[in-house]
Amino acid sequence: MRHHLILRVITKLLVGTIFLFALYVQFHGDYSPGGGFQAGVIMAAGFIIYGLVFTLKRVKQVFPPWLVHKLIALGVLIYAGTGIYSLLAGYAYLDYAALAPHHPEHGQHYGILIVELGVGITVTAVMVAVYYAFASRAPILSDEDW
Amino acid sequence: MSGWQLFVEILSWVLISAGSFFVLVGAIGVYRFPDFWTRLHAASVSESAGVILMLSGMIIQAGWGLIAVKLLIIGVFLFITGPTSTHAVANAALVSGLRPKNYDDDTSDDPDPA
Repeated sequence: MRHHLILRVITKLLVGTIFLFALYVQFHGDYSPGGGFQAGVIMAAGFIIYGLVFTLKRVKQVFPPWLVHKLIALGVLIYAGTGIYSLLAGYAYLDYAALAPHHPEHGQHYGILIVELGVGITVTAVMVAVYYAFASRAPILSDEDW
Repeated sequence: MSGWQLFVEILSWVLISAGSFFVLVGAIGVYRFPDFWTRLHAASVSESAGVILMLSGMIIQAGWGLIAVKLLIIGVFLFITGPTSTHAVANAALVSGLRPKNYDDDTSDDPDPA
């Protein structure tokens, strides 16, 4: 790792900002271009760049594979759960007006936020899971090889 | 159009045109230069200069506000990440044994960076 001093410093500088930007894209998605898919990919890119520079072992300590697999399901659960909730509340599936019956516009707003959160979680987790699956198979390049 | 507006307009378009010129020169360099190292040089150096000039022109066009701040942040990050990615690519090429054209191994000291 000593060889990659510049990459390590720049990565430490950027990873936090990447996560912050992902959250901005996630929660600003209903006002400006963005949303769950884009935010999820940006968030996953943060983890992947951390893994590329600081080795797979350390990113797996930060974001363990068992958690990744749980989050894949959790995102879909949030998405579908919103739909089931509106069904139970007497509306159509994924009719966001069910979330705030007296203010349908507010309901739309909350609904989009919650559903996009679910999308974001699943996309992040799937991207990271794909990265783990690929990177775990590669032969590890030792420090002496650089 | 008042004199000040005209000045701002001319200044921003001069900056944007100069930036485009640098990027164009860089693209021609990538296409025409003989080997990896000179191409990398053409791509990275001209891109940094071009991005700075174009973004400053755009900031002047946008006027003071959120868009200008966003452009400034984009500029700062491109300024950091551009040279870093160039470094990473060049480093990987050097380690994997690629050497510049007409490179003489005997006259140099240890070519293996560590």
